[in-house]
Amino acid sequence: MKLIVFILLFLSIAAHADDTDYAAERAALIEELGYYARLVGDMDGAGFSEAVLASMTSVKRHRFVPPAQVRFAYENQPLPIGHGQTISQPYIVALMTELVEPDADDVILEVGTGSGYQAAVLAELVDHVYSIEIIEPLANGAKQRLAQLGYTNITTRLGDGYYGWEDHAPFDAIVVTAAASHVPPPLIEQLKPGGRMVIPVGGRFMTQLLLLLEKTDEGEVITRQIAAVRFVPLTGAH
Amino acid sequence: MRRLLPATLLVSAGAIGYELLLMRVLSIVQWHHFAYMIISLALLGYGASGTFIALFKRQLETRFEAAFATSALLFSITMVLCFALGQRVPFNALEIVWNPQQFVNLSLIYLVFFVPFFFAASCIGLVFTCRQSHISRIYFFDLLGAGLGAMLIIGTLFLLIPQNALLLLMMLPLFASMMIGVRSTARVPLISVQALWLAVLIAGIPQTQLNLRISEYKGLSQALEVIDSDVVQVSSSPLGLITVVESPTVPIRHAPGLSFNTRHIPPEQLAVFTDADGMSAITRFDGDLDALGYLGDITAALPYTLLDEPDVLVLGAGGGSDVLLALYHGANSVDAVELNPQMTELVAKTYSDFAGSVYDDPRVTLYTREARGFVARSDAQYDLIHIGLLDSFGASGAGVQTLNESYIYTVEAIREYLAHTSPGGVLAITRWLKLPPRDSLKLVSTAIAALKALGVNEPGTQLAVIRSWNTSTVLVKNGAFTPDDIASIREFARSRSFDTAWFPGIQASDTNRFNLLDDPYLYYGTTALLGEHADEFAERYKFHIEPATDNQPYYFHFFKWATLPEVIALRKVGGAALIEWGYLILIATLLQAIIAGLVLILLPLAAVERNWPAGTAPRMGAYFLLLGFAFLFIEMAFIQKFILFLSHPLYSVAVVLSGFLVFAGIGSALSERLARRLEASGRSPVAIAAAGIGLLTLLYVFLLPLLFRGFIGYSDVVKIAISITLIAPLAVGMGMPFPLGLKHVAKTAPDFVPWAWGINGFASVMSAVLATLLAIEFGFTFVIVLALLLYAIAALILRTSMRSRA
Repeated sequence: MKLIVFILLFLSIAAHADDTDYAAERAALIEELGYYARLVGDMDGAGFSEAVLASMTSVKRHRFVPPAQVRFAYENQPLPIGHGQTISQPYIVALMTELVEPDADDVILEVGTGSGYQAAVLAELVDHVYSIEIIEPLANGAKQRLAQLGYTNITTRLGDGYYGWEDHAPFDAIVVTAAASHVPPPLIEQLKPGGRMVIPVGGRFMTQLLLLLEKTDEGEVITRQIAAVRFVPLTGAH
Repeated sequence: MRRLLPATLLVSAGAIGYELLLMRVLSIVQWHHFAYMIISLALLGYGASGTFIALFKRQLETRFEAAFATSALLFSITMVLCFALGQRVPFNALEIVWNPQQFVNLSLIYLVFFVPFFFAASCIGLVFTCRQSHISRIYFFDLLGAGLGAMLIIGTLFLLIPQNALLLLMMLPLFASMMIGVRSTARVPLISVQALWLAVLIAGIPQTQLNLRISEYKGLSQALEVIDSDVVQVSSSPLGLITVVESPTVPIRHAPGLSFNTRHIPPEQLAVFTDADGMSAITRFDGDLDALGYLGDITAALPYTLLDEPDVLVLGAGGGSDVLLALYHGANSVDAVELNPQMTELVAKTYSDFAGSVYDDPRVTLYTREARGFVARSDAQYDLIHIGLLDSFGASGAGVQTLNESYIYTVEAIREYLAHTSPGGVLAITRWLKLPPRDSLKLVSTAIAALKALGVNEPGTQLAVIRSWNTSTVLVKNGAFTPDDIASIREFARSRSFDTAWFPGIQASDTNRFNLLDDPYLYYGTTALLGEHADEFAERYKFHIEPATDNQPYYFHFFKWATLPEVIALRKVGGAALIEWGYLILIATLLQAIIAGLVLILLPLAAVERNWPAGTAPRMGAYFLLLGFAFLFIEMAFIQKFILFLSHPLYSVAVVLSGFLVFAGIGSALSERLARRLEASGRSPVAIAAAGIGLLTLLYVFLLPLLFRGFIGYSDVVKIAISITLIAPLAVGMGMPFPLGLKHVAKTAPDFVPWAWGINGFASVMSAVLATLLAIEFGFTFVIVLALLLYAIAALILRTSMRSRA
């Protein structure tokens, strides 16, 4: 009898654990992000916008990581998701989302779906997100996950992101999460005048900088290289 | 002895072969920095087995054959088991900043690979301990085995992939075990296990169990994750594992630093990975230069705007992209130099049609040589010497190459290049751009140091630097840039939205116009490095940007201890990218070497009887500790120094390691005779040996650069012979102090003998790693001079001790 009670108790705990929403952990993470943003004065000291933080609050990061990583889901760090890929550090996701300057009626292209987390964060803020992935298991996993979570304004596909997604172009913003030796010229073409493209630069576990590419209304391209960290390489005056 | 000597040779050959094989394998599945760990591990095996034998000497002596055969058999089995197991440890070096578990995984790798070396060393130690009357012959066969093992594995790696080379190597100790096992008291169980193991081998260990498990974060693994991508060619040699990948659905398009303004898309490419990383591209070329239009829109194209039909030297030709760049820009002639013959064969033969027979072009001459050696021997003058991107951004950005010696980007190298550029000619080097700048500023400071060394008063007049969002190209001209040159540079950069960071007469308003940074760091940095207070600037800069030299060829090392607290504090907000984990791993390896040495070598010795005269332990303990450090300091410094001469780390390790082993062994054997002769005349043999080491080493500090320069262009065989000739007399001297001290201890405090071995082993385990750390921080000369100082103190200690006993 004791054994049956124990098993039932265990199963109820296990079931509860599965349903855990991690709301408190998520709230703590969001607070941490806000604190860090103010601390390092990113985004010109403005911190993260309420909208971006609200989006990060509503997207459940633990649903985007492999089971073994769930307990770390609300740590402010990148995590492995298999196939040599990572889910970005929440701080970097917030920073990238902020740089996109998302508007409610924006249509955004993402190159490199990965776990689907960045697409989900964007989808909370914009009209539609189109996302392309080149690794088949990741593309399938993300598609399934996003459908389960009820994201109807994200469309994913498996394929080459180099040529963008012409059927839905031009885009208000493009987020390229996969590293490349150069920015694909077709992507620049598919960016609306006044549009913004954000590309994280660095290794899988370390984002060195964010490349923000802006296409002026005249079609001219200017980039800003935004260090993920406010780090001055010199001490004192020079 | 008839069987024992060849058995010792086989085990010894297996041990050194396995050491070199592991270095090769870990360079492929992980990265280069494990080389130091493996040397430390092999020494730990010898140290720990020494302690083990000291503790159980009596029991082992009575069962010598059985103990030897069992150890050899276990060596054979664990070679394979640990090869498979070690790769299954989920160590991810890139995650080390975030996940402390990775340090545990690193320790697990250390412990797993320690096991086979422990058994190998136990065999050798047993022979030395139990067959002392034949010690000189044993020594000879042990060292001969080491030399043959190094040669065997290098030769084998030309023919077999690493996992098959392993199967060949593990037969050596198995044969040794069989030879001795039949004579042992435990022959029945031994033969049974040997037969079983042989049966397993003949039946075939499933290849999948031994397949190399390459880190999923290396370039090759990442490329193979892409839909429909596939390996189309693999070739293996001691110089590297070359893998060609084709990706028809998501074509490979490698064009670092391509302008945003370009209308050109790179044609189809094949990716070529060396040791599963460092991607180079073979570009499809059908003779139509228009299809290569993208080559006009990368920062590396800058020098061609200044030169008309130049004679070009491409160093590190790789997949041929930079040769195409030269042809696209109308080069008159192109000398393409590539170290790895497998790589040249790919472009020149296997994929010749794909690559448009680029190496058959009458303007192109291909040389399969090492870059520095080629330049040193060449009499030619070039209008342009071009060094493109030889590494991947990922590896470069993550600090993975921190420990890599690179003799391509040193002050001496740039001087040599400039000596081979015609008047008005240009040296052009392209690097990945990091933020805050590290590579590019270190390159600028190295170029400035080279120009100053050549007597140029105003180096700034001969420098130009441009950058895209991810690459920078540095030009060093043989002569001052003219106003026409400067106009061309400005126009080239403007029309492609590249930023100028330096040219003579540059103003702040010329910088930071297209790819905006918070501050134009590269311009500020170059200006400061050209100014009066350059040294002060470099010192204040938060990364190491002092010039790389042949004495300190760590171009990729930017880490400064003073910066560590700040980047760790900023870890969660992007600071992780500023930490060089290669360096962190080296320090973690040193810590685990200290702990493992204490636990596995010294701690068990506490059980040994300690009955010796007062004062023996501190004095002779210090003596053997200093010897352990000094020997390895010199050996490790030589391994790294000889990489320049022998062109590849593995060749250097093989030649220097076996050279030192063989000749130190001879020195050891000669020491007794020398001691008798010198002691008779009242002189201290250890002082003579230390003086000899000091004299030779100091001579080498000055002579080696000249000798290397003179002979670097010769064939590998000649260079190996020269290397061994140089190492021989030094190693003979270095082989003497240890047996001389041991003889003294055996006479005056026999119970201290196991401690002498243990302490010496403990110091060796640490110093294999410590020497590298010191070389990175202070240079090889410092490490060598420090070693000489340690030898001098050791000699003094022994002399004092001998006199007080007398």
